[in-house]
Amino acid sequence: MDLALIWFVLIAVLWTGYLVLEGFDFGVGMLMGLLAKNNKERRLALNTIGPVWDGNEVWLLTAGGATFAAFPEWYATLFSGFYLPLLLILLSLIVRAVAIEYRGKINDEKWRQRWDWAIIGSAWVPSILWGVAFANLVRGVPIAESNGHLEYVGNFFDLLSPFALLGGLVTLSLFLSHGAIFLALKTSGDFSKRAGDFAKKISVAALALAAVWAIWTQLAYSVAWTWAAVLVAALGLVAVVWFARVESFGKAFIANAVVIVGAVVLIFGSMYPDVMPSSIDPAYSLTVDNASSTDYTLTVMTWVAVIMTPIVLAYQAWSYWVFRRRISTDHIPEHSELTFLKK
Amino acid sequence: MEALDLARWQFGITTVYHFVLVPLTIGLSILVAIMQTAWVRTGKEKWLRLTKFYGKLLLINFALGVATGIVQEFQFGMNWSNYSRFVGDIFGAPLAMEALLAFFLESTFLGLWIFGWDKLPQKIHLLTVWLFAIGSTLSAYFIIAANSWMQHPVGADYNPETGRAEMNSIGAVLTNPTTLAAFPHVIATAFLVAGTFVAGIAVYWMVRKHREDAAHTDLPMYRTAARFGALVMLLAGAAVIYTGDTQGKLLAEQQPIKMAAAEGLMDTTTSAPFSLLAIGNLAGDDPSSVTHLIEIPGFTSFLFTGDWNAEIRGINQLQEEYADRYGATDAAGNEIQYRPNLLVTYWSFRLMIGLAAFSAALALTILWFTRKGSITTKPWMKALALISLPMPYLAASFGWIFTEMGRQPFVVAPNPDGVDMVMLLTQSGYSPNVSAGEVAFSLVVFTIVYAILGVFWFRLIQRYAVEGAPQVEQPTVDEDGSRPLSFAY
Repeated sequence: MDLALIWFVLIAVLWTGYLVLEGFDFGVGMLMGLLAKNNKERRLALNTIGPVWDGNEVWLLTAGGATFAAFPEWYATLFSGFYLPLLLILLSLIVRAVAIEYRGKINDEKWRQRWDWAIIGSAWVPSILWGVAFANLVRGVPIAESNGHLEYVGNFFDLLSPFALLGGLVTLSLFLSHGAIFLALKTSGDFSKRAGDFAKKISVAALALAAVWAIWTQLAYSVAWTWAAVLVAALGLVAVVWFARVESFGKAFIANAVVIVGAVVLIFGSMYPDVMPSSIDPAYSLTVDNASSTDYTLTVMTWVAVIMTPIVLAYQAWSYWVFRRRISTDHIPEHSELTFLKK
Repeated sequence: MEALDLARWQFGITTVYHFVLVPLTIGLSILVAIMQTAWVRTGKEKWLRLTKFYGKLLLINFALGVATGIVQEFQFGMNWSNYSRFVGDIFGAPLAMEALLAFFLESTFLGLWIFGWDKLPQKIHLLTVWLFAIGSTLSAYFIIAANSWMQHPVGADYNPETGRAEMNSIGAVLTNPTTLAAFPHVIATAFLVAGTFVAGIAVYWMVRKHREDAAHTDLPMYRTAARFGALVMLLAGAAVIYTGDTQGKLLAEQQPIKMAAAEGLMDTTTSAPFSLLAIGNLAGDDPSSVTHLIEIPGFTSFLFTGDWNAEIRGINQLQEEYADRYGATDAAGNEIQYRPNLLVTYWSFRLMIGLAAFSAALALTILWFTRKGSITTKPWMKALALISLPMPYLAASFGWIFTEMGRQPFVVAPNPDGVDMVMLLTQSGYSPNVSAGEVAFSLVVFTIVYAILGVFWFRLIQRYAVEGAPQVEQPTVDEDGSRPLSFAY
């Protein structure tokens, strides 16, 4: 197996890690607005992801860094081509990181409300845009040779096809479902019940949207073997709906993770051997071979990944173990008395 | 303005903003880890209170530092796609390593530290803060390695077939002499920033508490913090000078025109003087109009080479050398100006040194006035402590501005002893397919969002610093998870 292909697979793995882990972070962020009735419940939702969201986000930074190192041409064309959507995602991530940390620092209702809007908004925007971006990678975008490089030559609106927008709704519904199941699993009491009820409904919507998108992808853009991924994702989706219905949320969570794995395999399998297909002419497509780094760089990076990935997985898993207990509103301490006004 | 200029402004603004926050995170994470270690070893409550107090300020700072750091990684692809294509085979590797080796460590163990006070046994919990601090420091190493490669490319060849630089030795990239000189300087600066932060706030508190109540029980705690911070400042100050000197000598070999610009040295001179003050048109096209008002004879020669009488090449001669070696005109046929912006390099260099020296002087003052168990009551000490807080931040920022602007017109400066063609003009590195309108839009949005978040950052730091160290309960492990969380957002 050649190194560029290994890195193509590794980058798919990093994206899977990101979407599985940040998927529920974004879900929790969105549901903070939809499910929580009062400040204490909003804090309860937020604290289910409190100790881990920052580490989850690093999967994205690693996917980005790995793409830069292993496929510089892909990195350059992708991020300069998807300029505005990426800008919106970055702004969301900036605002979210600060909002989560600063929200509870001052005991003032207005202060909290503003940061709540920031947390909720910065969960909705990337939840939709990641799906739009991946759908565009599958479908192909206007790429042509320009200044001696394979460059994106379209504009922002070229990224908003019906197929891509449906992709956005798929990630949105999947993340909402993922977040609701996670909340049902990590909280107890009344809030957990409400999150579970929401999961029952939204998982059906996710099933419908994802089924249409996956079949569309398979028929229009993919190859025969990825039917297997579609099948796995479909079974996963049915399992999510079923396990949510019988309130077995641990299993529903695992099933939803399997759905995300199936979706990433479908997306990357459909692209291969391209990493960014050109909708203008296949001759202009960026491929695993023409976009990759040298064998030397890939070898070095493979060693680093082989050694570090198990270590990272081990300590991240440990951190989930440390914070494995369910929490309820009884666990939420009172706010600090700190306000901006001097006492 | 064109897309290139806007992209440069955006990179400059987002980077300086990010780099203002990072030294405090790096330095303070280690100082907080030391404080917590002191608590675990001595059991003294004051160390626990100080850990929690400075720990909270650290977290407020860390949040904005991380948030603005995310932009840095993607900005290369967004605004500098041709740069990314040219260097990706090399430059991407330290960035990916930074994520895998440092970011995961930093963020995972930060979560464990913040939320783990009553979940983990004392010693394991202490380990989490150290792993967080080590992650922050490692992250600095990889990013300095990446930056140093742009200053002084090593371990790479130019491949004419692919038109890009390609790595031939990761060992050389990670042990670049430029990295080995820059990393200790950056870490010493981080300690100077953090030491000043700890000492400045503690002195402010000591004076304030003492004026309220001369027998206040918190006074010894703040005195401890003030002396601890001042000691760090003093050691860090010495390290900053030593590492800065090493780096200066290396730079004089590797990027002579940057150092000549730092001196405003127009023509090759033996026994070159060090200019303390210059007037004239440093920014203009006529370098001959520069007049140096106050000079130390031979000192520049000494700083650059260790020899008071050494010959130092001037900007005019270096311009000719560079033109001969790297070409007189760019792809568009315009003459290449190899001299960086003199006004910026000359003054940023002096401000970096001057502001850092201010901190070191303050450290001596604090140590003097708190000697033999005494506690300072002087109101001017309180004022001085507050004034000193931003000084090392500014020094570090001017240091970065000097480093980055001094490299112009190159984004990858040529290695004078290296392989030819592993170099890139800044004007060739930007994204040709991103419109000026798009860059302008993102520049405006980033500036506004950063400004708003910066205001909140400042107000929170100020509010929590003014509040002082809270009373604390001894943390104990919550065996069955029945108690309220010891920390919650």
